[in-house]
Amino acid sequence: MTTVSGAEPFRLEARGVSIRFGNHLALDKVDFGLRAGEVHALLGENGAGKSTLIKILTGAYQPTGGDVLMDGIPMRLANPQDAQVHGIGTVYQEVNLLPNRPVAENLFLGHQPTRFGLVDRRRMDRDARDLLKRYGLEIDPGSELGSHSVAVQQIVAIARAVALSGKVLILDEPTASLDRNEVLRLFEVIAGLKARGLAIVFITHFLDQVFAIADRVTILRNGRLVETRGLDTLTRTDVVRMMLGKDIAFSGATSVETERPATDLLISFKGYGRKRAVQPFDLDIHKGEVIGVAGLLGSGRTEMARTMFGIDPADEGTAEMNGKPVAINDARTAIGLGFGYCPEDRKADGIFGDLSVRENIVIALQGKLGWFSALTRDEQLEIAGKFGEAMDIRAASLDMPIKLLSGGNQQKVILSRWLATDPAFLILDEPTRGIDVGAHAEIVRTINRLREDGLALVVISSELDEVVAYSNRIVVMRDRKLVAELRGDNISPGVIVQAIATHDAAPDAITEGTAP
Amino acid sequence: MKGFPLSRLVNPQLIALIGVLALNWLLFPGFFRVTWQDGRLFGSVIDVLNRGAPVAILAIGMTAVIATKGVDLSVGAVMAVSGAVAATLVVSGYPMPVAVAAALAVGLLCGIWNGILVALLDIQPIIATLVLMVAGRGIAQLITEGSIVTFNDPALVFIGTGSLLGMPMPVVIAAALLVLVTLGVRRTAIGLFIEAVGVNRSAATLAGIKSRVLLMMVYALSGLCAAIAGIIVAADIRGADANNSGLWLELDAILAVVIGGTSLLGGRFSIPMSVLGALIIQAMNTGILVSGFPPEFNLVVKAGMIIAILLIQSPLAAALAARLGRRRRAEK
Repeated sequence: MTTVSGAEPFRLEARGVSIRFGNHLALDKVDFGLRAGEVHALLGENGAGKSTLIKILTGAYQPTGGDVLMDGIPMRLANPQDAQVHGIGTVYQEVNLLPNRPVAENLFLGHQPTRFGLVDRRRMDRDARDLLKRYGLEIDPGSELGSHSVAVQQIVAIARAVALSGKVLILDEPTASLDRNEVLRLFEVIAGLKARGLAIVFITHFLDQVFAIADRVTILRNGRLVETRGLDTLTRTDVVRMMLGKDIAFSGATSVETERPATDLLISFKGYGRKRAVQPFDLDIHKGEVIGVAGLLGSGRTEMARTMFGIDPADEGTAEMNGKPVAINDARTAIGLGFGYCPEDRKADGIFGDLSVRENIVIALQGKLGWFSALTRDEQLEIAGKFGEAMDIRAASLDMPIKLLSGGNQQKVILSRWLATDPAFLILDEPTRGIDVGAHAEIVRTINRLREDGLALVVISSELDEVVAYSNRIVVMRDRKLVAELRGDNISPGVIVQAIATHDAAPDAITEGTAP
Repeated sequence: MKGFPLSRLVNPQLIALIGVLALNWLLFPGFFRVTWQDGRLFGSVIDVLNRGAPVAILAIGMTAVIATKGVDLSVGAVMAVSGAVAATLVVSGYPMPVAVAAALAVGLLCGIWNGILVALLDIQPIIATLVLMVAGRGIAQLITEGSIVTFNDPALVFIGTGSLLGMPMPVVIAAALLVLVTLGVRRTAIGLFIEAVGVNRSAATLAGIKSRVLLMMVYALSGLCAAIAGIIVAADIRGADANNSGLWLELDAILAVVIGGTSLLGGRFSIPMSVLGALIIQAMNTGILVSGFPPEFNLVVKAGMIIAILLIQSPLAAALAARLGRRRRAEK
């Protein structure tokens, strides 16, 4: 059977697969074709649908529409075992083998060679040694798996997956916890498997690695296929643009006019950083200013926000507020200074699902007031009602549990929670992710209104057109480092994409626009 | 409308309590007979209140702990410790107030110990409190030097067997504690913060709530409640029995909280409902005793009734009731 393109048939193919979770369409008619003997990178930001697609290909999820085909023949994968039987093996970032058991056992667990119904240990060790040699590993099959480096464990996991499956190998962020040399070693293994004709899917956040090893790339965005292309026809900038949304990237959105320069310095971070989270950065934040933070996932955006808010306090550098040095060592201190933080993961860190909308709104204010100055129910209702109206929160009642609200309304509640504390500085981490269009517009309007009211805001977002639209300045994060500050009139999504993708930009380069 | 909605009085706990009491009355027609003798009330119902008081007191502290998504397994052992402290001190000639204060302080200390393990060292509550559940009885035995310490101090005995305004002292103490703690958490923001920490500790910390201090506090409260219950039980039997005082009562206390509708997953809680839960349990115990069933049946009958009560409260039952209600309306 041949594919539409007329090229060689795909080894593994997803044809128009869709999957719906409740009201949320996680994948929308995505096509994905994997050829034998290729390394195919799968890219996309968080929530783009990468892991959902992988879970469908490995039988963990059943698509609500579309087909999964192996060598042109439709398969029904009811569970991960089915996928294994069909020849699809998967290795995850966290090696899920048994670290306290010997390497050989890990390789053959569930398929041990037997003699008279008992495990033939000698043969197992011999087979293991042979198998590992093919991967360039000279280790004792009897040694505990956990005694080896993560890279070796990773290779053992790959060897097991290939031995059990043998047609398709899916590598889900295998390099996330490896150092440089280990990555190279893993790449040698991957290249060897590719030469043996395996079809390999490679998922990672590291663009360098994609360009180093992959032949083709498929990019997903918001549950939709953006494109599948050969990497030889693409530049890094192209890839970043496609990941972040090419349709809007050059739509000509312009930045906020900077005629009214924000001169009232509110907070100044100098050499502010935290080991293993974010490298020291300098950032001056003025009253009435929105600073956009751009960068790919894992670039240190959220870490920067958490450090500023004191959740993961800085271990170097200084912070000054209104000219006075301040030590922000926990969230409570930050809130006392007039900070507020809307976290990226609304459900895990933001909402109190079982508590009412009213309680969710007043909780930070009550936290500031302390244990003994309790707001009465009437006061709570008044505050919640005021912000509910101002933010247009659509809830049947202020006493209903917040978990019953839509994502957009939940986000408005969390914003209201901070506005109720009368803050001077707000950090919003992906405030518009995963919410509907109406709520989206409402939140962007609110950001602009708060700026006009003289608040200082730092807004982290992957929506570049949006960042450009409301930011006075944009800082770009890459590899846990603040690498560029963009200011002036001609900030555009294109310039941001350039800054994110630039490979060897001098650190701390300031890309000046036409403004002073 | 400002009035108190009648529907708030009709809840599964109250229905269960009424059901259990009615059953008791059927099996033992004299169940509701209350008499006045020697300046105090007597009768099976009073007995339910009196015998239920220790578990009710434990349940008050346990509710706060469970609302934070925790559990305190050590309360039974802490009862033994506090009883031992109170008994040995009065036997050594200290006045009752000193002995009681010391026993309460020791209970508080036990609670703070649990709080340190849970809040500061981030040990899972079930394991953290298991430590003291096991060690506590050992400590109690060390204090009593392995024997049952008996006493006759009238002031201490009064706490267990005396009466105030016709009501047995344990009932008076439990009622006072119920009112005090309920007001303490609901008239301040503490109740809201406990629920917030129980629902989502990470979000609570981000919202500026002192989660650790709060956790320390609820375990300290639970320790204090256990100490009060321990003093009552010791005073009642005029002796401190390190091996048997409060034995397995932690399980009754947890059960009371669950029957009262507080989820073991933390969050929403109601202390009065937990106390009601404790009374349901005691009504069952008393009912089985007075009805003349052979005592061997007690535990089995109790288990069956608990399953029935929990079923009444389950979401499934609520859904069934809703459907039945709809059908009935449709027939009209």
